[in-house]
Amino acid sequence: MPKPEGIVVKPGSSKEYKTGSWRVKKPVFKHDKCNDCRICVMVCPDGVIFGEDKKYWADMDFCKGCGICAEECPVKDIEMVLEVR
Amino acid sequence: MKKVIEGSMAVAQAVKICRPHVISAYPITPQTHIVENLSQMVADGELKSEFINVESEFGAASVILGASATGARAYSTTTSQGLLLMAEVLFNIAGLRLPVSITCANRSVSAPINIWNDHQDAMTVRDAGWIQLYAEDCQEVADMQIQAYKIGEKSEISLPVMVNMDGFILTHAFEPVELIDQKMADEFLPPYKPEVYLTTKKPVTFGVLAEPAYYMETRYRLQQAIEASKPVIEDVANEFNKVFGRYAGGLVDKYRLDGAKTVIVAMGSVVGTIREVVDELREKGKKIGLLKIRAFRPFPKEAIYDALKDVDNIIIMEKALSLGFGGILLNETKAVFYGKARQPKISGYIVGLGGRDVPNKSVINAVRKAESGVVEDSFVDLREELIGIGE
Amino acid sequence: MPKKDPITESQVAPGHRACAGCGELLAARLVMNAAGKNVIATCATGCLEVVSSAYPQSAWKMPWIHSLFENPAAVAAGIEAALKALGREDEAQVIAQGGDGATADIGVGCLSGMLERGHNVLYVCYDNEAYMNTGVQRSGLTPFEASTTTAPSGKISWGKTTDKKTMPEIAAAHRIPYVATASVGYFKDLEKKVKKALSIKGPKYLQIHCPCPLGWVHDSSLTIKVAQTAVQTGLIPLFELEYGKVTSVRKIAKRKPVEEYLKLQGRFRHLFKKAGGDEEIKAIQAIADENIRKYNLV
Repeated sequence: MPKPEGIVVKPGSSKEYKTGSWRVKKPVFKHDKCNDCRICVMVCPDGVIFGEDKKYWADMDFCKGCGICAEECPVKDIEMVLEVR
Repeated sequence: MKKVIEGSMAVAQAVKICRPHVISAYPITPQTHIVENLSQMVADGELKSEFINVESEFGAASVILGASATGARAYSTTTSQGLLLMAEVLFNIAGLRLPVSITCANRSVSAPINIWNDHQDAMTVRDAGWIQLYAEDCQEVADMQIQAYKIGEKSEISLPVMVNMDGFILTHAFEPVELIDQKMADEFLPPYKPEVYLTTKKPVTFGVLAEPAYYMETRYRLQQAIEASKPVIEDVANEFNKVFGRYAGGLVDKYRLDGAKTVIVAMGSVVGTIREVVDELREKGKKIGLLKIRAFRPFPKEAIYDALKDVDNIIIMEKALSLGFGGILLNETKAVFYGKARQPKISGYIVGLGGRDVPNKSVINAVRKAESGVVEDSFVDLREELIGIGE
Repeated sequence: MPKKDPITESQVAPGHRACAGCGELLAARLVMNAAGKNVIATCATGCLEVVSSAYPQSAWKMPWIHSLFENPAAVAAGIEAALKALGREDEAQVIAQGGDGATADIGVGCLSGMLERGHNVLYVCYDNEAYMNTGVQRSGLTPFEASTTTAPSGKISWGKTTDKKTMPEIAAAHRIPYVATASVGYFKDLEKKVKKALSIKGPKYLQIHCPCPLGWVHDSSLTIKVAQTAVQTGLIPLFELEYGKVTSVRKIAKRKPVEEYLKLQGRFRHLFKKAGGDEEIKAIQAIADENIRKYNLV
């Protein structure tokens, strides 16, 4: 019997925990002025922005609404709005 | 093939034939000859281990932790202050269920600083979850060292093992030792093959945060595992006996217990002295015997009770104490008899602290005193003229 | 939107419990993605470990071990030695990770030993300038006059009385092949440095400046801004040291006075509120000026 306790055999299993429930504000990707710089993809601390061809989204299961993507987007194509749930 | 060699060299030879992949070394008296011998073997190409000269004992334990987690057989050795410095890592290693082995060259703990033998160091970390074996002589240390890996690496046990040898008394003693040959050792101790370890082929996360909902079960399982090691310790000793023709290790050793009404209980090299005393007193017609504790953790309650249940007088002689409570082996042995119908007299002596010699006549006097009335935590051979200094 | 799964691509999966806007997790994600799949990692106790490895979940895709607070360097040394002994050296790079407390304070002995012995390990220090996980207590890498919970500003105190321990220089003093400082504010530079470090055999040290919105007291959206401003003032010089010699610096394009950095963060608010704060800001400016002079940053 291998060591069962204290060992997580499924790497990356944290995705079972949906941090999206933490959000107060959410990023809205307008897909209007995007120039495919992919800065948003790189600077998201949780790494949950994805997309291509000038269309990007945040995975709402995990996005914590920190606002870094909106702040750093050089063409201001992302806006943080209060999320109503 | 028997050779007269220094205890430290017997350990080094035993470690060599275990084929450890990684050895971490930090020198501390009286363990130094062990690491020096091992490093010379590596330097001469005789031992193919990664030999890491670490920056502290804390580093020494951490290095073998990392190595074992990666699937390597790992070894280190220390004593006293070094063992205490790595105490945090000892608990961590046991909690991570990594079957490393450490030889502890038992030495007293500071302050005041003293480099000679007693058992306070290993006793202090008895709660860490390590299997603790105590050797009587140089042959037994060498034999226990190879058994240690066999016991610890059993997949249902998966626990670290500390082999204890009295500092200076055994490390620096020259005794005839039967050295085990590599081929036979390889048959007895196969390579370490863990099921779970750090590899990109099957990534795992080791050493997690266990919140209140999870932590308690890990400790429960650890306790179960160390209890389950009792029969394994015996089985491995029996197998060793079959292969090498010597019974060494196991949980306890009974010496002349038949018909004994008084039994002395002890661990480590002092057992050698007590054997002589038992022989001497038996010559004089006394019904006396000796119970040697080989495995202190797990504490062999059942084996002790079984050996001593018909005895009238149990006399513990130990080289450590729990300050503010009393003798450790004494109180753990007393606990064995708790609630039992027959209650023997159980006396306890503290002997040999800081390397003070334990001569035969001191043992005889101790036996005499204990027979006239229960003795508790009596320090044997205190120098009267030194007590009262500073008052 | 297409249900494309981004998390298969990252070596650090989301769902970890880091604060929104955490600079350290951003750094770890960038480091691990630059490093690739063939990595075995160690990690010190701290925010990074606690948020990412709460049983029964783990954010780490690579084999990863957390032992204790002060020993990621020593555990990494053990892993590296084991890989060598087992003939598995080509299997993975070994990366040790620790926060500033683990690296510069409690773990400095183990780190020094690992560097001195020449193990093939990359040590990454995530410098968020305090013991964040335990509540923003001061560490050896807390900057001059930042307020922390154990060296707070108060009626008779301006916060920490000494400046950051010069850990990169201490690492470089071990004559190791590569030392670099980086910042989450400049992710391309950070990635380049990770890749360069991993192309070198031997001990490497990388210190990454990571803002902490909670501990530094700034809005979670400003993590990158704060990081970039720190570099632009000269307070956080970005350089590479190879065998103890400076081989590259990142020049500051538009130099900023330290005020612009300090005013972004609540942990420096006392410098603007207390009488005499101006003089203290001048002292901090002098630190930035000295860095700029020493590393030729403008």
